[in-house]
Amino acid sequence: METLLLIAPVAAPLAAAAACGAAGWRRITAALGVVAALLMLADATALALRVTRSGPVVAAGGLLRADALSAWMLLVVATVATLACWASPGYLAAGSDTGHRTRWYGVLLHLFISAMAVAILASNLGLFWVAIEATTIVTAFLVGHHRTPTALEAAWKYVVICSSAIAIAFLGTVLLYYTARHAGLEGSRALDWATLSASAHLLDPGVTRIAVGLAVIGFGAKAGLVPLHAWLPDAHSQAPAPVSALMSGVLLSVAFYAVLRIKIIADVALGPAFLRTLLLVLAISTLSVAAVLLIGQRDYKRMLAYSSMEHIGLMTVGAATGSRLAIAAVLLHIAGHGLAKTVAFLGSGHILHHHGNSSDVAAVRGLATRIPLLGGAFGLAMLALLGFPPAAVFASELGIARAGSAAGFGWAIAGAFGLALLAFVALAVRTGAMLLGTAPADAGGAAVHAPRFGFAAAAPLITGLALVSALGVTTWPVQRLLTAAAAIVGAR
Amino acid sequence: MNDTTYVQALNVAGGLFLLAAVGMLSRRQITSMIRLFAVQGVALVALVAVLGVHQHSLELMGVAAGLGVLRVGVLPHLTRRALGAAPAERRETSSAVNIAGSLLASAALVLLAYAVTRPLIALTPSAATAVLPVTVSVVLIGLFALATRHNALSQVVGFLLLDNGITATAFLATSGVPIIVELGVSFDVLLVVVVLQVLTVRLRSTFGTTNLDGLRELRD
Repeated sequence: METLLLIAPVAAPLAAAAACGAAGWRRITAALGVVAALLMLADATALALRVTRSGPVVAAGGLLRADALSAWMLLVVATVATLACWASPGYLAAGSDTGHRTRWYGVLLHLFISAMAVAILASNLGLFWVAIEATTIVTAFLVGHHRTPTALEAAWKYVVICSSAIAIAFLGTVLLYYTARHAGLEGSRALDWATLSASAHLLDPGVTRIAVGLAVIGFGAKAGLVPLHAWLPDAHSQAPAPVSALMSGVLLSVAFYAVLRIKIIADVALGPAFLRTLLLVLAISTLSVAAVLLIGQRDYKRMLAYSSMEHIGLMTVGAATGSRLAIAAVLLHIAGHGLAKTVAFLGSGHILHHHGNSSDVAAVRGLATRIPLLGGAFGLAMLALLGFPPAAVFASELGIARAGSAAGFGWAIAGAFGLALLAFVALAVRTGAMLLGTAPADAGGAAVHAPRFGFAAAAPLITGLALVSALGVTTWPVQRLLTAAAAIVGAR
Repeated sequence: MNDTTYVQALNVAGGLFLLAAVGMLSRRQITSMIRLFAVQGVALVALVAVLGVHQHSLELMGVAAGLGVLRVGVLPHLTRRALGAAPAERRETSSAVNIAGSLLASAALVLLAYAVTRPLIALTPSAATAVLPVTVSVVLIGLFALATRHNALSQVVGFLLLDNGITATAFLATSGVPIIVELGVSFDVLLVVVVLQVLTVRLRSTFGTTNLDGLRELRD
């Protein structure tokens, strides 16, 4: 039973990938993909119930392990994966891709989801690393899916920067293994998250400091943190919309999850001050870059990408604070941002198709009157991302700010939210320009080829919006899981 | 193998490992960069094999053989294939820093590596960990090459240089990470190079060159 619970989230998308590879992208294989994602969601729910009742689950010879934190992450990934798989047929139908390309799209999309499941369920840092690198490899061709010069440029930057950053994280992993072996841990147990956390007090501080620094910079790059963030706006804006949704909504947080796990080890081995300083510096610089580049942004897909950097920056502030309240807020933020950003990116894909594949803000005017359903869904998703209630982002941002002030980081919190406010203004102005105003005279011409945006295409978006609002109103169905997950990372 | 020859063998292999990296910075020709990368692969295999013989570990010697196939054979072959039928004048890479500057920078990076590896050597002083500054230098030189070279293939070689440095660090510090992790890592590196090779071919057919200066569409 335990083995099945841990293997199913990895195996179900793999099966869907195999089906796409064998039969190509058809209605039936697309539906199979959604079924696989739903299966993953059901499994994540079962796993969540299991770990809140009776503690962590281990399987596959100790390679896979789930505790409350991984169950929470798996729940978020499975939900976003379901929405992305559900929206994929609508997105691909509007494009003019050949059968060969859609087949690869299907295979790589499901492999990507499976790799994220492995990363979350990996019991040790080594396997986690392999899975994260695998996500870079499979998403490389998804980013370059459109085969335009810009997509190719984005794919190149993405692979080179992320692979190098992840290589740096591997150097950190090696050094952590070195000091763990020296502390008497044996073989693969020396990279085990649980074992490392339990015996962190034995690690040599000098080596651990270098190891943690390298690992946080390396995995942080994959999460979109400064200084290795240059790939993010390019990759997220060039990838097909459902892939952007997955990359922005969950892949960033899966990499960020490593930072949370490393924090558990670092706080014991080095005391909380070291990583707190590092994370605060990274957070404030990331927020600054995101805010400054949002102000002049004229491309709405890049705008969404920079907004992801802003949200990762806020999560990093929460992680730096490190209290249980802060970590619970961060985890809620991962879910809220993941859902809202997914809806926003899925919406942006449809907007793109209705405007002759132009992602220029200026090309989109009066969306709310021309295509009310699409304009409404996109607008609500943006409101959720901006932190308006009832979206979960409102509650989690409030939580991060409160926890930070309570822990005595008033200045850092003021700075971070000041920058977030700048980003807020820029996002609100651009979104307003897209939704409102009078439609340009030739707007109808470009929309000729795009299929009508009906309720079938809108259903995944509306579901995502409903979920993010429900999570903002009440967290009771997941309250125990959230508390348990926060207790794993949070101090006190 | 007695202790003196062990230490000498480690030092010779380590020296060759670093020399190959510095040599790559002194070259503009991509073909000679790839050749030096293969030489460095030989030095890496020698390092691991010496460790294996010293520890009487058959597993390490097997790993050394596997590394040899991957890093001396497959990876240079793949990179050379990506270079393909490019005309001779396109086989050179331009660099943001000239050769003399690059060599000076590599000297500075070696000094930096000696400074940052002090805690690593202090933890377990031994003949193997004494070579760590050299492997960390190679990591830094790889990053430098990645940041300054403008040709797609020279970036691939830079990435591989970085990866060689990290692999050597892993073996010298810990006699290698657990075998399942090592397998996953090698497989991932191989796939990254395959992905980059495919992208290089597409870059050439789209832009007519593998020089990355043309990639300036996406920026803020």
